[in-house]
Amino acid sequence: MRMIEGGHGFAGDPRAVGGVGGHIGAPHSVVGQRVVRHDARDKVQAATAYAGDWAMPGMLHGVVVRSPYPSARIRGIDTTKAAAMRGVACVLTARDVPRNTLMTDVPGQTTTVGPLRAKLHVLAEDRVRHQGEPVALVAAETLEQARDAADAVEVDYEPRPGVFDAEQALAPDAPKVHDEGNLLAHWRIARGDVDAAFAGAAVVVEGEYRTQFVDSAYLEPETGVAWIDSDGVITIRLSTQVIEHFRDVADVLDVPQNRVRVIGAYLGGGFGGKEDVTVEVYLGLLAVKTGRPVKMVWTRQESLLARAKRHPYRLRYRTAAAKTGEILAQDVELLGDSGAYAYLSALVLLYSTVTACGPYRVPAARVQARVAYTNNPPTSAMRGFGAMQTVFGYESQMDRVARALGLPPADVRKANALRRGDTLPVGQVIETHCALPELIDRAWAGLGAPTPPRAPHAKVGRGLACNLQPYGRIVWLHDWASAWVGFEMDGSLVVRCGCPDVGGGQASSLCQIAAEVLGVPIDRISVHIADSALTPLAGTTTASRQLYMSGNATLKASGELREQILGVAAKLLETSVADVDLAGGEVRAADGRTMPLRQVLAACARMGVPRSHLAVYHAPAGEPVDLTKGSGKIFPDYTFGCHAVELEVDTETGRVRLLKHVAAHDVGRAINPMSVEGQIEGGAVQGLGYAMMEEVVLEDGINLTTSFASYLIPTTVDVPDVEAIVLESGEGLGPFGARGIGEPPIGPPAAAVANAIEDATGARVTRLPMTPERVARALRLLT
Amino acid sequence: MTTRLLINGRARDVDVEPHRTLLEVLRDTLGIFDAKEGCNEGVCGACTVLLDGRPVSSCLVLAVATRGKPITTVRGLERDGDLHPLQDAFLRHGAVQCGFCTPGMLLTAYAFVEAHPHPDRAAIREALEGNLCRCTGYTKIVDAVEDYARNRCG
Ligand code: FES
Ligand code: FES
Repeated sequence: MRMIEGGHGFAGDPRAVGGVGGHIGAPHSVVGQRVVRHDARDKVQAATAYAGDWAMPGMLHGVVVRSPYPSARIRGIDTTKAAAMRGVACVLTARDVPRNTLMTDVPGQTTTVGPLRAKLHVLAEDRVRHQGEPVALVAAETLEQARDAADAVEVDYEPRPGVFDAEQALAPDAPKVHDEGNLLAHWRIARGDVDAAFAGAAVVVEGEYRTQFVDSAYLEPETGVAWIDSDGVITIRLSTQVIEHFRDVADVLDVPQNRVRVIGAYLGGGFGGKEDVTVEVYLGLLAVKTGRPVKMVWTRQESLLARAKRHPYRLRYRTAAAKTGEILAQDVELLGDSGAYAYLSALVLLYSTVTACGPYRVPAARVQARVAYTNNPPTSAMRGFGAMQTVFGYESQMDRVARALGLPPADVRKANALRRGDTLPVGQVIETHCALPELIDRAWAGLGAPTPPRAPHAKVGRGLACNLQPYGRIVWLHDWASAWVGFEMDGSLVVRCGCPDVGGGQASSLCQIAAEVLGVPIDRISVHIADSALTPLAGTTTASRQLYMSGNATLKASGELREQILGVAAKLLETSVADVDLAGGEVRAADGRTMPLRQVLAACARMGVPRSHLAVYHAPAGEPVDLTKGSGKIFPDYTFGCHAVELEVDTETGRVRLLKHVAAHDVGRAINPMSVEGQIEGGAVQGLGYAMMEEVVLEDGINLTTSFASYLIPTTVDVPDVEAIVLESGEGLGPFGARGIGEPPIGPPAAAVANAIEDATGARVTRLPMTPERVARALRLLT
Repeated sequence: MTTRLLINGRARDVDVEPHRTLLEVLRDTLGIFDAKEGCNEGVCGACTVLLDGRPVSSCLVLAVATRGKPITTVRGLERDGDLHPLQDAFLRHGAVQCGFCTPGMLLTAYAFVEAHPHPDRAAIREALEGNLCRCTGYTKIVDAVEDYARNRCG
């Protein structure tokens, strides 16, 4: 059973967003409904053309040649043999790339990146820094021919010492991954008198935690097809969260940016792993070189081998609390492994820095976060984006504080929960409602009656964990999104928006918003998304930002269009604009008269009034924050949540059986409750995978988990049903008061499980994943 | 070698090299993209089709070995152009997100309920163990299958 409730009597608060504030408070006919998504209807019939479900006449197949070594010098590359093989159209190395340097910083609709610039070589030049690093490209008539030729590319490697651990990478004598040294970024927050707070504390709890490399493991590997379209436009249709990478392709190919078009197919999952560039640059290079269409599909093994992972962290926490359970101070030190390249690591660590103290009032805080280069696979964006690892730290600490003081963990959390007006250690004031106490109560109550243990040596325990997750981009990145909404002459509606749909229902939500504002039945709406040439750009489907950003842009465009149409309708009906409405696909006047939309649209055409509107939504912008001074706003807003779990520990084997999982989030407003619950349930299970089983295992930079047989993600039998509790405070900055919900649900599970294991057994697990072996160690069954 | 494949009730004669998997022949030779490739190693279930009514990973089955046996892809579930009630249940329950697992999930679930008309949730979970889904967390998929099975028997 899942529940949707409007909490706190906020429902109906009209919020002035996008110029149609008055409309928003009205009862909703489409927004808030469990709408069956158009894309789901396609997907159950296999009618969706994913990136790999695309073929073109005369298409070549592209393959990447990758380094087998995690650290080596390249003395030379000989492609003659490969190039001469049957069916081979071309073999490319770094020398063939017009501009071999690629920026991998903060993609999307962003103006300022400041210290976050990060670069990468498209193909390795004289060095490889991680196993699987791309070294050369091959295109051939068939996939087999391309693979055979890839095997025949002769690369003369001279293996070099590498460094495979972030701590070791920071030692003075560590091999340098990059000439500038191994420390990639260092963030600090200092707020209040931390030392005095520790001196006056009733308890001080210290803990060190470790998290692991994990993979996004979307079911659809990185895939695309490129071709040269009319007028020489390099067109690339692929699975990506960021169509704005068309600019990167253009830069690498050294062509004007308007000569590259990226079409984003509906994705078979993204989770951050398709935020950085994947196949598009390689496809662009091969298509230009050969003048023919080229397809590239990375294998699962390739994807697991070389694609960016989530950063493993070492987290050190010292927490000071008063006898009452009030948190007095946090002293936090974080260290992340960036792998061989920067990608988004600096930004990920910034998210960790800001969220390190959790959704609590912490008057004194010292946070230090560093991220180091190693010769491990690169790490970058993954759902939760640095605000995830920290949950394991701060929520383990909260339980330990409660335990040390003999207080119920739920009460300690409620007593410290952020409230509107409180200030985060980074200096940002919380401007919207934080429903944490209610979320905690609801999640905890959701566990229901305790499950009896199945055997004498089995112990049942419960735990909870809360989190905060930013949605939307850092305010000094000046984020924006645009959308176009227009009527056809027959009254059907078209929405165009550059937003990629990763499977969360991004496109369908835009339809619901337009349907709500314009009174058009949702099945009369067509939505065109994610085409850098033909849809207005909307930025990345990352950072839990699309409903917020593209949703607001669509809301604004729909609102303006509504005004245009109603202005004409009022004239035709000889009444005032206030007395006409759009509903049921027609115009309705207050006195009961109606007019078919067609008639009004025809009049618009006659009168020269546009039947469409293009709107741009700008997120609240701000100046860069001096973290050490705790000087201000960093994210637009946050989403809060609390998960509660019940589990059973076999105290003879360390095996943990998950019994119940309740996940409560304040989503502001659920535009489509079914999609919202889907995000919560799916995020929770990904979080459980992180907690229990997922781990990219590396041995001196060599990846031992390059298949789904060795990299295990949760199956149906590994996880329980997730009960999603959707709270609607109406307090978000998105359309109709919605908050971002894409990332938040992945955060709490690991800490909730660790807390439940301690509740059951008294043993604390501080290292992820919590495999039977690690639990057995914590239980002292193993030494 | 020409091989006759029976796909969703239609015979297709295709030239197939003996080492080609059914998944390759469906997707690359015939342009039938109903089955998805998630791993090509028999683990994820995205490539599931029904062979003689039983779910198989088409990435593990040689195309020539299916000769003469009926193959059902997800499109074969539709009845006279209408969605199958199981497809409809997936829609009503929001069991589809990115949809990459969906064709395989539907076929495995369909075959399972055919063989086990009154499953409980635990049995449904066991039946779907070989079909990975990274998006939904499975709850809504199990809801959909349970609902379908219940209504199917009236
Ligand atoms: S593609 Fe066949 S099981 Fe994964
Ligand atoms: S819906 Fe995406 S893998 Fe199942």
